[in-house]
Amino acid sequence: MRIRAEKDFWAGLLYVLLSAGFLWLGRDYKMGVASRMGPGYFPIVLGWTLGAFGVVSIVRSFLTDGAPIGKIAWKTLAWVSAGVLAFGVLITTAGLLFALPVLVLLSSLASAESRYDLKGLLILLGLTLFCVLVFVKGLGVPMPVLGSWFDGIVPPTWQR
Amino acid sequence: MELFSNLLLGLETSFTLINLSYCLMGVFLGTAIGVLPGLGPAATIAMLLPATFAMPPVTALIMLAGIFYGAQYGGSTTAILVNLPGETSSVVTALDGYQMARQGKAGRALAVAALSSFFAGTVCTLLIALFAPPLAAIALKFGPAEYFSLMVLGLIASIVLAHGSILHALGMIVLGLLLGLVGTDVNSGAARYTFGVNELADGIGFVIVAMGMFGIGEIIANLQDEGTRDVSITKVKGLWPTREDFKRSIAPTLRGTALGSLLGILPGGGAALASFGAYALEKKVSKSRHEFGKGAVEGVAAPEAANNAGAQMSFIPMLTLGIPANPVMALMIGAMIIQGIQPGPAVMSEQPALFWGLIVSMWIGNLMLLVLNLPLIGMWVKMITIPYRYLFPIIIVFCAIGVFSLNNTYFDVYLMALFGFIGYVFKKLDCEPAPLLLGFILGPMMEEFLRRALLLSKGDPTVLLQRPISATMLVLAVILLGMVLLPSFSKTREVAFQEE
Repeated sequence: MRIRAEKDFWAGLLYVLLSAGFLWLGRDYKMGVASRMGPGYFPIVLGWTLGAFGVVSIVRSFLTDGAPIGKIAWKTLAWVSAGVLAFGVLITTAGLLFALPVLVLLSSLASAESRYDLKGLLILLGLTLFCVLVFVKGLGVPMPVLGSWFDGIVPPTWQR
Repeated sequence: MELFSNLLLGLETSFTLINLSYCLMGVFLGTAIGVLPGLGPAATIAMLLPATFAMPPVTALIMLAGIFYGAQYGGSTTAILVNLPGETSSVVTALDGYQMARQGKAGRALAVAALSSFFAGTVCTLLIALFAPPLAAIALKFGPAEYFSLMVLGLIASIVLAHGSILHALGMIVLGLLLGLVGTDVNSGAARYTFGVNELADGIGFVIVAMGMFGIGEIIANLQDEGTRDVSITKVKGLWPTREDFKRSIAPTLRGTALGSLLGILPGGGAALASFGAYALEKKVSKSRHEFGKGAVEGVAAPEAANNAGAQMSFIPMLTLGIPANPVMALMIGAMIIQGIQPGPAVMSEQPALFWGLIVSMWIGNLMLLVLNLPLIGMWVKMITIPYRYLFPIIIVFCAIGVFSLNNTYFDVYLMALFGFIGYVFKKLDCEPAPLLLGFILGPMMEEFLRRALLLSKGDPTVLLQRPISATMLVLAVILLGMVLLPSFSKTREVAFQEE
């Protein structure tokens, strides 16, 4: 026995794991009866259904041929995720003025094509200015320009 | 006549300065993202949703709808000029459109594409105005059992008519349904899958899922396939089609419109399938079928009419039943819910101005596209040459700001990163994000309808089969699924999406 369809196998395994997760987390939700469905009824039914699809997919991966998964772009994945997560950390603490450039720089590392030249810098500055003016000043999104780290250091009007 | 008074009401609503300008903005943005490869209407609408919170509902919907059908126009422009279809729905347009461009007929191809799209858009506006009211009237009589079965049918149809593996689409739907249940159960007040996290008590925002999977996930996948895009652009001249072009385009446009309208109304049909189907049909029935693939004007007119018709008609199930036919419609439903409007058959009677305003705005938007796009060709062409390395960080920034502004919490930004990761992993495994998003939107509604149906029947599940409309829909769903298992049908299904 060998895996003939890699994608089917891994997708199936993911389904099974996710289904197990949903079922385990939902183990204490009350089932209720059909005429009075409890909070657990629908999730449990769906959880088992997902698991069944996963098993079918795994079985199929041994029986039919499929394309290999190919390379996973771990580096790209890591840099883009790091950028977004950093934005989440910095947006309320350092503020948009720092969170945005950090996000752009980190995610740029995801692409081999990125260039770090004057043109790129000007675009970054333009984008930052645009976002501050349009989102914070224009649309009034309650997003600090300078975050909590600057409390008491700069006048509050600079932070908004 | 009622039809005219309705359209008049729509005209009044959409002909205000604010609505006209947002309509213009929508179609303009839509064309732009249609031109840019790697950014689709679903991600764009998700990004812009937070910005629409402050607008009146009708204005928000008019703009979002404009993005959707504007993208169809933009997608065909790049397909013809540089053989890079901006959207899936314009993949087949590239086959003959690009050949025409290489023969120096780029302007004529663009004009035919725009005119046939406009024709289809006009017809569909009328069709929606004609068929939506009776459909909504029927839907008003639906009980919870009918709704539940309708949603089952909608979900099944949406995967049978889309491309990709049925098994994985089913898996993604169920996963989407499960994710949709995260949060407080409305009936018992029990917190489900919240891990005690406050931010999850109201459930996961669907904008977060959409932006993560369609925005971030797509970007990661695109970056992986990043190559040097060698774009050589043909000079555009002679925008007016010849008399012969006109003559040859009339019949294909009509056929494309008819097929597109038919497929568009089905869940999952929409623009992509319509254009593939129309091209295949023309190849069979056209007198000049030997020219197909070598620059036949019919090969541009038919799929362009069909994809625009399909895109517009997919508004029918959304507006009359509250059922999304594709991810974009799911986002439109989300936009309505955020605006405090419960999508469904009641929208038409309770919010006539919104309903008819939206429909008439689609016709106005199509007209704007026709008038604006041809003169602006030069600008769109310039946009194609923007390198992706500048584009993708900007998209991520807009996604991040958009998600943060939903609830002003960084937690949502983390969640988006998580869904970007999930989206990429599943994409690598050929599991499409679209069915997951449809399931995610429908999950809570399906649970609620099933709960009510079973409550009314005192727990007897056969109620779903005892009520004729509900039973018909379930039988249809089973037939659809059964058809896929037939080897001959699944072969046709594969061929329909591989027209190259």
